[in-house]
Amino acid sequence: MLDAGAEGYTTEDGRKIGGVLMEMKNITLRFGGVEAIKDISFDIREGEIRAIIGPNGAGKSSMLNVISGFYVPQQGEVWFRGEKRPQMKPYQVAAQGIARTFQNIALFEGMSVLDNIMTGRLTHMDAGIAAQALWWGKAQREEVANRAKVERVIDFLEIQHIRKTPVARLPYGLKKRVELARALAAEPMLLLLDEPMAGMNVEEKEDMSRFILDVNDEFGTTIALIEHDMGVVMDLSDRVVVMDYGKKIGDGTPDEVRSNQDVIDAYLGVAHD
Amino acid sequence: MPEQLFFALEVMLNGLMAGVLYALVALGFVLIFKASGIFNYAQGVMALFAALTLVGIMEGQVPFAHLINAIFGTEVHHFGWTVPSVLAIAMTLGVMVLLAILVERLILKHLVNQPDIILFMATIGLAYFLEGFGDIMWGSDIKTLNVGLPQGISETVDEVTYDWFGYGFFLDKLDMVATVIAALLVIGLTLFSQYTKQGRALRAVADDHQAALSVGISLRFIWVLVWSIAGFVALIAGMMWGAKSGVQFSLSLIALKALPVLMLGGFTSIPGAIVGGLIIGVGEKLFEFTIGPMVGGATENWFAYVLALMFLVFRPQGLFGEKIIERV
Repeated sequence: MLDAGAEGYTTEDGRKIGGVLMEMKNITLRFGGVEAIKDISFDIREGEIRAIIGPNGAGKSSMLNVISGFYVPQQGEVWFRGEKRPQMKPYQVAAQGIARTFQNIALFEGMSVLDNIMTGRLTHMDAGIAAQALWWGKAQREEVANRAKVERVIDFLEIQHIRKTPVARLPYGLKKRVELARALAAEPMLLLLDEPMAGMNVEEKEDMSRFILDVNDEFGTTIALIEHDMGVVMDLSDRVVVMDYGKKIGDGTPDEVRSNQDVIDAYLGVAHD
Repeated sequence: MPEQLFFALEVMLNGLMAGVLYALVALGFVLIFKASGIFNYAQGVMALFAALTLVGIMEGQVPFAHLINAIFGTEVHHFGWTVPSVLAIAMTLGVMVLLAILVERLILKHLVNQPDIILFMATIGLAYFLEGFGDIMWGSDIKTLNVGLPQGISETVDEVTYDWFGYGFFLDKLDMVATVIAALLVIGLTLFSQYTKQGRALRAVADDHQAALSVGISLRFIWVLVWSIAGFVALIAGMMWGAKSGVQFSLSLIALKALPVLMLGGFTSIPGAIVGGLIIGVGEKLFEFTIGPMVGGATENWFAYVLALMFLVFRPQGLFGEKIIERV
């Protein structure tokens, strides 16, 4: 297994990966009698692309929901930036600098692409409600500054041509990209992507992979992603956690994971006796 | 002939202005329905409560006077001062915000993720509670509300139009003021929801709760905000209707007039509430003017509901509502 010491490590392509940004310690999550996550620990390091993979029902999405505060684990601790995180609501987690996308796209369908992405800036706006109502002073300056940031994200993800389009009218692949833009607009420290390539054709998958790499490269954003498609994950990520039936069965570089017998069994199927 | 035409025009103008008042009430419904999917049965009672509170504060009434007198055998009823209307309106707004916070704390918070019908029932409960609470707090007698809005027929309009057209229009001053205030309110709300952080958050919550949480919006805060705004709209509506016909229980029944407006305009559309209100206002006045005499009058009582019924049959989502699409 790859030795990720406290100082971080250097990837094969020469990128420097920093210290631990987020650490999950012995997380257990139950729904009634069902254990969706069983005593899982792993860490996410600054600047890396970390993947969580596993067959259907392995508990990957549950894990992402624990990180983003949508689920509260019965046991275990979540550490973020060297501090133990108290129990938090999802909006508080977002305000801490963790942005996410959803497997089945959660956009504001009635709003334009631009407005959707502007909501990503909400955690960066703190003018008082009275100033907001009067659109005066700080509120106005904030709106203008945030708008500029959003335009940069729009340029970056190459969606200028649909800025004013209501989201409901967009095709699936573009919706996924808008959702990524909204998460990116928050300038998160940690970006969580729940199956960013699900349901896409080959071309759209390639585009999305390129954007994920570019985001990581250009903004240095730490990314944790869940993906079904083994091929894509192996090309993209620096380290991979493999889950099966709620348990962690592998953790390491793509090469290490690929040669792990448990992982091969989980993906190809093996007679359990 | 022009005499008849001018008269019809006058009827229409009066209808438009009555429609503005309907629209004001409907607006309160739409705001809450959009943001939380709750049909707030208590909106009408909120208008009554706001008007009662406004009168009570202005006239320096002692709140819960009857209750205090009954328990302690005292004879208190007024503080002996009066509060200027602007200050009283601001204080009433404060009370409505407090009400919004209490509604969130005591009701909504505990009913998260319940089916819509449960929340609807809760607002019925709220309506009856608030009605009784308003009575205990301020007494159940009919009150006159005088916030300094002009009353009566505008002579200026009458004279000017007589000079121009040879026909004097009879327009109610209060109706004209209400129209201006309603227009300002709608413009303000629209700008607020389009161009501010809170407004954008409000629209986001209306669209998708999960996504709203993920971008850092606190649902509870937004609920308090939207109920506060609905309270503010209720205050304006209560003020206008109260100034027109006195502050009394029947004020809460204007909510019933808002229902056909909502069916016409659609439950989820702010412009829909406005246009729906105007159509109903003009429609019922013109109907009364043209068809009324043939059927013995009093058509204003039922015209709006028949129109709404027709809409339910032919266009259930209303003029501006979101189209109901069922995907199989």
